[in-house]
Amino acid sequence: MSATLPLVEQFQYGLDAPICLTWELTYACNLACVHCLSSSGRRDPDELSTAECKAVIDELERMQVFYVNIGGGEPTVRPDFWELLDYAGQHHVGVKFSTNGIKIDQRAARRLAANDYVDVQLSLDGATAEVNDAVRGAGSYDTALRAMTNLAEAGFTGFKISVVITRHNVSQLDEFKQLADRFDAQLRLTRLRPAGRGADTWSELHPSQAQQRQLYDWLVGHGEQVLTGDSFFHLAAFDGNALPGLNLCGAGRVVCLIDPVGDVYACPFAIHENFLAGNVRAEGGFSQVWRGSELFAELRRPQTGGACNSCSAFDACRGGCMAAKFFTGLPLDGPDPECVKGHGERALAGLDQAASPKPSLDHSHRGRAAVPLTIGRRAPGTISPPPDVRPPVSACAQSPLAGLTS
Amino acid sequence: MTADPAIALPVPDSAAPVGNPAEEPLTEDLLVEEVSIDGMCGVY
Amino acid sequence: MSTDLELGAPGVAATFDLAAAWTLHPQVAVRPERFGALLYHFGTRTLSFLKSPQLLSVVQQLADQPSARAACLAAGIAPADLPAYQQALTRLADSDMIQPRKPAASST
Repeated sequence: MSATLPLVEQFQYGLDAPICLTWELTYACNLACVHCLSSSGRRDPDELSTAECKAVIDELERMQVFYVNIGGGEPTVRPDFWELLDYAGQHHVGVKFSTNGIKIDQRAARRLAANDYVDVQLSLDGATAEVNDAVRGAGSYDTALRAMTNLAEAGFTGFKISVVITRHNVSQLDEFKQLADRFDAQLRLTRLRPAGRGADTWSELHPSQAQQRQLYDWLVGHGEQVLTGDSFFHLAAFDGNALPGLNLCGAGRVVCLIDPVGDVYACPFAIHENFLAGNVRAEGGFSQVWRGSELFAELRRPQTGGACNSCSAFDACRGGCMAAKFFTGLPLDGPDPECVKGHGERALAGLDQAASPKPSLDHSHRGRAAVPLTIGRRAPGTISPPPDVRPPVSACAQSPLAGLTS
Repeated sequence: MTADPAIALPVPDSAAPVGNPAEEPLTEDLLVEEVSIDGMCGVY
Repeated sequence: MSTDLELGAPGVAATFDLAAAWTLHPQVAVRPERFGALLYHFGTRTLSFLKSPQLLSVVQQLADQPSARAACLAAGIAPADLPAYQQALTRLADSDMIQPRKPAASST
């Protein structure tokens, strides 16, 4: 009997359905976080209706998608949020939703505690209001803590506290763990990607090399107690020891994004026309996009490491994050911008960041500064790029996606 | 019905390379892999 | 009636009783795939990859066969490979994906 292939090679044949996926229900949001991956704030006039959302859930049920991660924007501001939550549960689709906590009052907390098929994930980016609110806006820390208190009082334990690691909060890892323990919640740390509004703030917010090392050591020390959404597999190159998880890019292979207007992207961190696979409103719905999209077929083929092939760490890091490379203007077949060996940093030094690809959509609030503008400012003298600039293609590009037009 | 005698199993060799012609028995590392639903990149 | 025997061999957990009757946990969803199958437990939120179509066949037959061993043989597992499948079934039992089945009303 022959040995079985590693999973990363199994996925080239495609899965009939994603294992789980992210579904942004709305672009509307009460907050204006500086690093929002979906550039959310204002509702889009063309968002899926309640009936259209239920049709998507029906399809997910037929495809036997186990779980959907619902987010946005702030999903709970949709008036039909609770109706859709119940509908998903009735149709055998598990739900985890990501929220800033604004609508999790005591009544909502009790309703959630009574539901076996829902998980709640609260977003928090600082263990103190000072650190958190600098990124998420004044009052957002208090909102999150109030929601956590309501959930705990309603008997909902095991909710997730999800943190995006920045250079300002990496010193608070132990405090985050204590906070989670206090509420009998589970801590989740995830990676900041230069996606959405994160494109503008990434260079100021992303952790330094030394901080990445600190983070990696802490994660290794905490094992499976702390979740990461597999977002730090690029750090495996430090010691060659992988963190728990699949340790590979799931985009278009095991996961994808459905956005509020029904567009299907390879990944929620890659909302850009280059990673747009189709729309659920088209003939054949979501399943046709998942199974028939040329973009996804391309992503499922085993990717060559390109410039990273000769690096001893490649087997561990797999070349890092596609979205991080794309939005910092790096070629997809080269190092991750945060490559722990410094190859990414060197590659970035030669690039004009103003010429990097920009997110295709921007639903940000207009004329409102919920957070201090100092964090979001470009360096003085930076010229705004033209609207449809293409990413630079490496002269050594081997990836079929290099220079891809939609 | 007689109970199966307990089978003494070798400790799995997790360093076994893929594609090795199977003189050694298949190990459980290759047949079942567990991942938390949170352990896949591309969802938030 | 299953009896879990202590193995004592280093690195190996309590043995999986091949002679016992087993079944899928009621909260587990099975999704066949080309490489084998995905098993998702809605209670524990754990996902198991079965990396062999034969292992899927074993799991699918557990509820209908009088013993796990019978399920393995019905799935075409060669006796020499039984230890590997027993270890795989141990993993699935440990993660609660499969559970002992209550015996039928009449017993021998």
